[in-house]
Amino acid sequence: MSFFKKLKEKISNKTEEVTSKFKDGLSKTRDSLVGKVEQLVRQYKKVDEEFFEELEEILIASDVGVATVMELVDDVRDEAKKHAIENTADLQPILSEKLVGLLKNDETQQTGLNVEDGRLNIILFVGVNGVGKTTTIGKMAHMFKQQGKKVVLAAGDTFRAGAIEQLEVWGERVGVDVIKHQAGSDPAAVIYDAIQSARSRDADIVLCDTAGRLQNKVNLMNELNKVVRVIQREVPDAPHEVLLVLDATTGQNALNQARQFSEAASVSGIVLTKLDGTAKGGIVIAIRNELNIPVKYVGLGEKMDDLQPFDAEQFVHALFADVMEEEQEEKNA
Amino acid sequence: MAFEGLANRLQETFSKLRGKGKVSENDVNDAMREVRLALLEADVNFKVVKNFIKKVKERAVGQEVLKSLTPGQQVIKVVHDELTDLMGGEQVKIAVAPKAPTIVMMVGLQGAGKTTTTGKLARYLKTSQNRKPLLVACDIYRPAAIKQLEVLGEQLDIPVFSKGDKVSPVEIAREAVEYAKEQHLDYVLLDTAGRLHIDEELMNELKDIRSTVGPHEILLVVDAMTGQDAVNVAESFNSQLELTGVVLTKLDGDTRGGAALSVKAVTGCPIKFAGMGEKMDALEPFHPDRMASRILGMGDVLSLIEKAQANVDEEKAKEMERKLRKAEFTFEDFLEQMEQVKNMGPLEDLIGMIPGMNKMKGMKNLNVDEKALARVEAIIKSMTTEEKRNPGIINASRRKRIAKGSGTSLQEVNRLLKQFNDMKKMMKQFGNMQGKKKKRLGGFKFPF
Repeated sequence: MSFFKKLKEKISNKTEEVTSKFKDGLSKTRDSLVGKVEQLVRQYKKVDEEFFEELEEILIASDVGVATVMELVDDVRDEAKKHAIENTADLQPILSEKLVGLLKNDETQQTGLNVEDGRLNIILFVGVNGVGKTTTIGKMAHMFKQQGKKVVLAAGDTFRAGAIEQLEVWGERVGVDVIKHQAGSDPAAVIYDAIQSARSRDADIVLCDTAGRLQNKVNLMNELNKVVRVIQREVPDAPHEVLLVLDATTGQNALNQARQFSEAASVSGIVLTKLDGTAKGGIVIAIRNELNIPVKYVGLGEKMDDLQPFDAEQFVHALFADVMEEEQEEKNA
Repeated sequence: MAFEGLANRLQETFSKLRGKGKVSENDVNDAMREVRLALLEADVNFKVVKNFIKKVKERAVGQEVLKSLTPGQQVIKVVHDELTDLMGGEQVKIAVAPKAPTIVMMVGLQGAGKTTTTGKLARYLKTSQNRKPLLVACDIYRPAAIKQLEVLGEQLDIPVFSKGDKVSPVEIAREAVEYAKEQHLDYVLLDTAGRLHIDEELMNELKDIRSTVGPHEILLVVDAMTGQDAVNVAESFNSQLELTGVVLTKLDGDTRGGAALSVKAVTGCPIKFAGMGEKMDALEPFHPDRMASRILGMGDVLSLIEKAQANVDEEKAKEMERKLRKAEFTFEDFLEQMEQVKNMGPLEDLIGMIPGMNKMKGMKNLNVDEKALARVEAIIKSMTTEEKRNPGIINASRRKRIAKGSGTSLQEVNRLLKQFNDMKKMMKQFGNMQGKKKKRLGGFKFPF
């Protein structure tokens, strides 16, 4: 059985609806990455240096990290030499498998959220400015509410003008309580209060918003670290998840962000937002490959239910749907 | 970090050649590969990189590099020149309409920083240009976006025009311009909602606003951390709206900001401003040459010098120099100097601008303790005027009093006094030296 067929069979068990949403959101990524690789294979019949250079550029264009790309291309180059492949068409399966490998290199890694019944779960959201932290919290609150959980939102972004109001609007939309202080107050204090009131309300989950901060601002990162310490003191084992929200349009700097935020707040997972708009989702590959932080959720649109659990196989399926269909057609012919 | 500065890597490439006597075309090719990698790692779009490398190679293979004794420096210079050129060479100012009000439309993706930038721009126009701007809340979609602009307007004491989120943005924009005319305001800043460049419906809304009010300036707000996609975004906004300029935000982060190059190359529009921080005064005119240094990872000496110039009083500086040379430097002067340095912004930022600093081991994670400065300040302020002018009189009992008054310890006071004396000695020596070797100073040299 071919590699793609196996993959397809695995996925067909999953709900068609989710897959199609994924496909819609990621069609841009698929078109650009896979389309270009295919075009490349057709264009260059022979495997030579020029082919590899072009391949490098296609991958880089999808924001796959430069280091990751160089590694991958070197790998493919070695394989080509080993098997004495001269025809680009023969190289394509190897290429596809390498790409998939990068995405799935950690099957053991937990991609679900560490949320358990019967305890107060604390989820902290961190990230740079404008990545969509507050919106993601709104969407996630909706998701948990649908699952019948009792959710409390903590308005920990006390810095940006209008941030508290923005979260309040989400709270109303979704129908959950928002704990807030005044603008400019200590975020750790807000989150402390939110935990207390979550306890008295017997809530299941507290989603903590924080102000966007650039990862090179030492003072702001220290502030974040304080928030984490306050949470730890209040609830042992908490925060149960620290989610770094990343904008999918971000380039190489996303790696720096992941590194620095991990240092300050031990990030346990990534939410990749705005994947519906950009043509590239390649940064996911770079992050998984270089930092070993799993992507847990992806934002695929502006609606309340446009937050989906990240599924590497589905991601790959969406990414390589064209290739798969083509293979299918060949078989049918 | 993967990137250690192009300058470093090029130096490495060329140091292998040392003793070879002559640099060949092949060596230049090697160097170009380093430049290519550096640009790609800085998020410059690969197509832009390709054209750029081609251009630089032509110049680099020419005589000027091959015959030079310092090919590394020459290559950097060529790259730097071409980069600056590509980014527009000179700084371009914001438009002024022949008849007020000047209408400025801010557009961009979600989360690029449009609302914050609109506030900053209004402040810039008000304080630096003595204009009367009007902020207009055209973002009726994002929850609390209007509120955000209203809060900013209040902070800055600048009027905000809003109609709630039930009126169409086109109508809001039209009425806002009418209002500005009535009130004799001279700038109308339209804060539009963030949108995807592929969202037809919302892009049409922008086109409608544009045809209704006829803005003099359409600024695309771009996050400096944007990756390869910057090209698609800029291209699409430009083809649909005909942009007149770009504002680059979040440049105070540690991104190298290759997006700047991509956007400029695709749209041809000048980058007019750069957002450099979260505070409302952190908007600066964009300088292409400095951005070139940054993309190459070479530090930003010019900004540093300019910051110093803007904050240090020329007269006072001269007086200080005289005092330093004669070792008449007192704690009063010391305090004044500290104030001036503080005015230049956070120390970390200043250190980041010094070339070579970012690549020094141990400097990377340097955590400048601003609080230590505050303690020094407290100690000095706890001295009497007499003590400040004549530190020699500070005896044991005075030290005890100063420590108590400043909430520090005796040790800290002693340390400061010792440092102050050492510094005075050093300054005296330096002053003598400077007199003799003045010619050697001035003129920035590349860090190798």
